[in-house]
Amino acid sequence: MPEITREEVAHLARLARLALDDSELDVLAGQLDVILGAVAQIAEVTDAADVPPTSHAVPLVNVTRPDAVVPSLPREKVLAGAPAAEDGRFRVPRILDDSA
Amino acid sequence: MTDLTRLTASETAAAIKDRTVSAVEVTQAHLDRIATVDGQVHAFLHVDTEGALAQARKVDAGEFPGPLAGVPLALKDVLTMEGVPTTAGSKILEGWRPPYDATVTARLKAAGVVILGKTNMDEFAMGSSTEHSAYGPTHNPWDLTRIPGGSGGGSSAALASYQAPLAIGTDTGGSIRQPAAVTGTVGVKPTYGGVSRYGLVAFSSSLDQAGPCARTVLDAALLHEVIAGHDPHDSTSIDAPVPPVVEAARSRHIRGLRVGVVKELSGEGYEPGVQARFDEAVEILKDLGATVTEVSCPHFVYALPAYYLIAPSEASSNLARFDSVRYGLRVGDDGVNSLEEVMALTRAQGFGAEVKRRIILGTYALSSGYYDAYYGQAQKVRTLITRDFARAWESVDVLVAPTCPTVAFPLGAKLQDPLAMYRQDVASIPSNLYGGPAASFPAGLSDGLPVGLQVMAPTLRDDLLYRVGSAFEAALPAPVPSLAWENA
Amino acid sequence: MTAVPYDEALAEFEPVIGLETHVELGTASKMFCGCATEFGAEPNTQVCPVCLGLPGALPVVNETAIESTIRIGLALHCDIATWCRFARKNYFYPDMPKNFQTSQYDEPLCTDGYLDVLVAGETVRIPIERVHLEEDTGKSLHVGGATGRIHGASHSLVDYNRAGIPLVEIVTKPVTGTGTMPAEVAKAYVTELRDVLRGLGVSDVKMEQGSLRCDVNVSLNRPGQEWGTRSETKNVNSLRSVERAVRSEVERQAFRLRAGERIVQETRHFHEDTGMSTSGRSKEEATDYRYFPEPDLVPIAPDPVWVATLKDALPEAPSVRRLMLTKELGLSDNDSEAMVNAGVLDVVLATVEAGTSATEARNWWLGHLAQSANTAGVDAADLPITPAQVARVVALVNAGTLTAGLARQVVDGVLAGEGEPDAVVVSRGLAVVSDEGALAAAVDEAIAADPDAAEKVRSGKVAAAGALVGKVMKATRGQADASVARRLVLERLGVTADLS
Ligand SMILES: [Mg+2]
Ligand SMILES: [Zn+2]
Repeated sequence: MPEITREEVAHLARLARLALDDSELDVLAGQLDVILGAVAQIAEVTDAADVPPTSHAVPLVNVTRPDAVVPSLPREKVLAGAPAAEDGRFRVPRILDDSA
Repeated sequence: MTDLTRLTASETAAAIKDRTVSAVEVTQAHLDRIATVDGQVHAFLHVDTEGALAQARKVDAGEFPGPLAGVPLALKDVLTMEGVPTTAGSKILEGWRPPYDATVTARLKAAGVVILGKTNMDEFAMGSSTEHSAYGPTHNPWDLTRIPGGSGGGSSAALASYQAPLAIGTDTGGSIRQPAAVTGTVGVKPTYGGVSRYGLVAFSSSLDQAGPCARTVLDAALLHEVIAGHDPHDSTSIDAPVPPVVEAARSRHIRGLRVGVVKELSGEGYEPGVQARFDEAVEILKDLGATVTEVSCPHFVYALPAYYLIAPSEASSNLARFDSVRYGLRVGDDGVNSLEEVMALTRAQGFGAEVKRRIILGTYALSSGYYDAYYGQAQKVRTLITRDFARAWESVDVLVAPTCPTVAFPLGAKLQDPLAMYRQDVASIPSNLYGGPAASFPAGLSDGLPVGLQVMAPTLRDDLLYRVGSAFEAALPAPVPSLAWENA
Repeated sequence: MTAVPYDEALAEFEPVIGLETHVELGTASKMFCGCATEFGAEPNTQVCPVCLGLPGALPVVNETAIESTIRIGLALHCDIATWCRFARKNYFYPDMPKNFQTSQYDEPLCTDGYLDVLVAGETVRIPIERVHLEEDTGKSLHVGGATGRIHGASHSLVDYNRAGIPLVEIVTKPVTGTGTMPAEVAKAYVTELRDVLRGLGVSDVKMEQGSLRCDVNVSLNRPGQEWGTRSETKNVNSLRSVERAVRSEVERQAFRLRAGERIVQETRHFHEDTGMSTSGRSKEEATDYRYFPEPDLVPIAPDPVWVATLKDALPEAPSVRRLMLTKELGLSDNDSEAMVNAGVLDVVLATVEAGTSATEARNWWLGHLAQSANTAGVDAADLPITPAQVARVVALVNAGTLTAGLARQVVDGVLAGEGEPDAVVVSRGLAVVSDEGALAAAVDEAIAADPDAAEKVRSGKVAAAGALVGKVMKATRGQADASVARRLVLERLGVTADLS
């Protein structure tokens, strides 16, 4: 049975870029425990062991498009929804982490 | 003069075609209706008065020959519509006006359908009550103190309160069918890949499917035909003819049809009133000439846990794009905070509790060390559920079950208990995991509240749903809400 | 001093290297949408709902990108998957519109190949782990800092034109046994790979524009011991830097190991300006990418018959072409290796095909053009001159229209964007002057200006005529036909020489 700690939830929140405070982390840790406890029953499905996983509900393969250029959006529309823009670009606050 | 808002979609289209009424009159009648009742129902997040009237005028000018030209429709706010606010029920998208139409939206416009506005929903379609909308809940027209179902509660409530004869929903785990069941309306989740997802704000990509909502089976079929069919912008769109849904919706006979009652979708957890209406529905199907047998789908009991791993996992990835850079909300940009901090603050403030819960759950299920036990195992269970369906199709043509285990519950009743809320979807989820079509049809009342009959069919046999629905509707007409609150 | 000299380090430690190369494919449209891929377009003018990651937008695979990736795999002797999927690589980055990269994870299109490269006359086989297809990110401009770097900037500006351009990632297996030449092997591999890609026509492979980029992995271990901890140096964007990056990492790691320190598994960032790398994110706090199969894309199952057709239609490998140069055109092994290292093999061959001799083509591309490239800080093959233009200059020299010196000036004119060689000859007035009347005045002036030399020639020291001929050449800005000038000088000074 999983026991989710506040620290684990804090790690997940970092991965998911969610600024959660301690009380939120505590609530979520409790709820996650309950939910994971409930979904853990799928581990019982032992006949799944040598069953292939299903990632797609449709049995399609090789859906492609020809390499043809179609018009892009006009830039006014591209930037219209941006919280901030400058010089035709999206403006963002300073970036800390320069690795990708 | 008859109340234009009480007509079915096919009646409305016929009247406009005959020039008995104009599309503008029909549209105005519905806009007026919205103005009168939506203060109490809160089905709409945005009403596009100007756009709707402009489209109606084009219909009156004879621009669209289709069978639904001039018929008003309520569009779930999870589909993009160029220039019209699209929020998916979330604060994080407040004010965003998409620069493009979803394929469904484009097809509706091209068919001359009049889009009245965007309907309320659980934030990013995560919920079964529409209480998780960031813009306040929608109320069930049968009883304003109760939930209208979710996530597409706005669409179903709009139908049940005669604010629109047609609506579009999306169904990831039951979000078309459960609202249809608890509002006494018709809701169809087409075959996955049958209706384009392009422009559908993604919750769980491998499960999401848009579909028609209406007050009658024929209306749903007419709408189905307009929105379905191959779309090269969606790689998971099936390149095959649309099943003959309209013909099936007019057929009204199921003599000789083999109907399977799913053993695992009954009993404990299903309200007695719901079970009773379902048992009666099965009797009606027998009376109509169907052969009914019980079918066991042993892995269906694992559908709910598998779903609550797959859907949050995909959602955690799909919702990563809401980061304050290109569109939507930005919080904490004070010139000091870094982008990383602004992203995290924006997402913490812009997403509601249920969305954050599922993002965290999905992040957990996908993380290294847990993937195999959770996401990987859930994908295998998905295979087993698909096999259960395949085995069922060896002996029956369709499967039936209650759409959801309860009638509409009071607003707030399950908000503190996520698991209880999740159990609303226990009977609808198997079809999402499998990909086949499924529908909910009105099946009478329990304690004065609607109950739904769910029908499930094999992939690309959406027509079978409409066949069963049309015969069942003829035998048991949909209940009509009193809407006593209107005059109260 | 924080480094051990390269040779010394490699006398003490054994290197293991690995290279991840990202190649932007030269498709007309992006990987998952129809936006154009032109380099240098106005910011955010080649974007749409799909490559901006707008809510609701969905990807559709570019079929040419699949074909190009398979052709790359085949050229690198890989196995081609009969069924594979795209996966989402989840991490947050402002250049990445969806905050996941659509890539491939455990099911790449191509696996298990190799590439043979020539280093110091020896063939080294570089094993290839995988070749997979993914999408590129956008680009950030960092504003307000002193250096234009991310550090110290007040804010950044993002352009998504590059986001979604198809990117092929080619990953080697760990390469051992490079002995005293890991840096040379790394450079030779990237050079050869670039020639393979250029030969396939799948990419313009311009490192200076970022269409070919390398990440370099290096570890050191003492002989007989297990492999050491590796570092990964990112953003290595020129051939020279590939060599420098390996070299500096060998020197840095050797120093730390000697000092008894351990190597931290980390990402380092290479800086073209300094030739040094700095420490980035440490892998111990590395993010968890939470890969899972991309639900918005269906699997790719290349038809084996089609793959066989692609294989049959592959162009000759550069190594085969190199063999042709040495065997049929008679160049030395040294020459051909030098050409490979300079990345000019293909342009040399193309120049030969345009009508020059192998030696003439070699001399130009390893001579004046190599110098010009060096000065301009680009690769010779990327200079703005075509093999056909070089061949035309050679033809003009052979016809006597140009001297060697004039030919260099014509080439410089072409490089400066002044047009075709013939046009440069005219516009710069560079044709050889062999008309005796036109040269007579210059000859007289030269004699008058240097009476000493004139006297020596008159007295029989014919070699002294060289100084006078030089003056004539200078006075005519190199345009005089030197042999005519020499004959005129001697004639004027009353000396007859056998000029044949
Ligand atoms: Mg990569
Ligand atoms: Zn695009």
